[in-house]
Amino acid sequence: MKESKMKAFIENFKKYRFLLAELTKKDVKLKYRNSVLGFVWTLLEPLLTMIVLTIVFGTIMNRKTEHYSVYILTGRLLYSYFSTGTKQALRSIRRNAGMIRKVYVPKYMYPLAASMSSFTTFLFSLVVLVIVAGVQGMRPTIYLFGAVVPLVNAFVMVTAIGFLLATLDVFFRDLEYIWNVVTMMIMYMSAIFYEADALLDSAYGFLIRYNPLYALITNFRNAVYGRPLEGFYLVYPLVFSVITLVVAVWFFNKKQDRFVLYI
Amino acid sequence: MKKDTILRVENVGIRFRMANQKVDSLKDYVIKMAKRELRYREFWALKDITFQLKAGERLGILGLNGAGKSTLLKIIAGVLKPSEGSVQLNGKIVPLLELGAGFDGQYTGAENIFLYGAMLGYSKAFLKEKFDEIVEFSELGDFINVPLKNYSSGMKARLGFSIATIVEPEILILDEVLSVGDAKFKKKSEKKIKDMFDKGITVLFVSHSIGQVRSLCDKAIILEKGRLIAQGDVETVTAIYEENINKIT
Repeated sequence: MKESKMKAFIENFKKYRFLLAELTKKDVKLKYRNSVLGFVWTLLEPLLTMIVLTIVFGTIMNRKTEHYSVYILTGRLLYSYFSTGTKQALRSIRRNAGMIRKVYVPKYMYPLAASMSSFTTFLFSLVVLVIVAGVQGMRPTIYLFGAVVPLVNAFVMVTAIGFLLATLDVFFRDLEYIWNVVTMMIMYMSAIFYEADALLDSAYGFLIRYNPLYALITNFRNAVYGRPLEGFYLVYPLVFSVITLVVAVWFFNKKQDRFVLYI
Repeated sequence: MKKDTILRVENVGIRFRMANQKVDSLKDYVIKMAKRELRYREFWALKDITFQLKAGERLGILGLNGAGKSTLLKIIAGVLKPSEGSVQLNGKIVPLLELGAGFDGQYTGAENIFLYGAMLGYSKAFLKEKFDEIVEFSELGDFINVPLKNYSSGMKARLGFSIATIVEPEILILDEVLSVGDAKFKKKSEKKIKDMFDKGITVLFVSHSIGQVRSLCDKAIILEKGRLIAQGDVETVTAIYEENINKIT
């Protein structure tokens, strides 16, 4: 029974995988279609924020972090992927309410496509990092390959949280506003523009240490700066993401038949 | 399942839950929960619906507003999941219900062909192959490369119809007789549907017009307040339906 269910699921996925590609492409394409700068904006936006943060914290507050602008950029790019990815997934079911009410489509396509399209945009935006790091005189090392681990992990984590939020959002409309506040909190707990060392030793250190996004950012920085990945920050977010994904998929699956009655 | 039975609807029922007051935010939910005011009223929009269709049969679904006709079609099309019972389908189904429900206004007509086609479960290769045929049938010409938000509603409907009918379905779902686009296109779309009929396709047809059901269908069912109150050949059932209506008025 279980096996045939799995088989039916795979068959169904195969039938609709073109839709998944279409939905993902649509999000990416339409995001920049109507702006003059188009795709350049994906690169310009993090670059400008980086400049502002470097001036404010680097020059005025006189921070001495090595390659401070790269430090900011690595954190900031991963964070903004996390924040936009989860927010897009959160809205994905209700945003597509018109379709869900009228055409049969496997519903997981919507949050999955939202997560995939924001990941695609994120990968494009990494070009900025390459340029800035190059200008700063940083050269890639063998450790750069390690970056794949936190990046793939980030995708799993955003997808997992996205599924959870998308399900809840159908029933609770105010979740969007709550999540905006939560992501802001996560931003301050992710050591994007400061170094966490001093804080990690304080009484509130656990807030940062057990923030899976901080773990991903740390290892991403390690890879970019030419250092090996740190074990705890590799295993912890992975375990966190896999558990969240299992829970999220179970929850989504359990509730999806009721979506159409609430949206 | 016997080989020639193409659609089997068995004991289908669907239960809707209506909250006395709409609770759709976490804030309301917590407050109502604390005050123990979370009460729901349940009702069955459909109950104990059982019927079968053989390949080539054309079923008319009759009933007053709110009888559950659209709900039944949505269950068969897979949009709604029944609370009990089952629907077994044996073939490709094309619901000509909400044409162009998946269209995106910012996309051009050409892009929408792939998006909407994907939504109906067609493959990329198939859509590429049929692309010209779709464009031609829709008569959109150069407008196919214009964003959809600049289309008239008739143009959108024409495109939707052209995409949805590009496959040869085994089962066609029709909600009322389609009137798509202008008189010329209407004639063309009617002809296309009639061609499908002639090929021996199975049809589910919802209508208020007894005349249309008589001329198009060979079987019929009547729904009343979510129950199936009559089924059989079209003459007998439409006669019952007429009688019922006369009783009310």
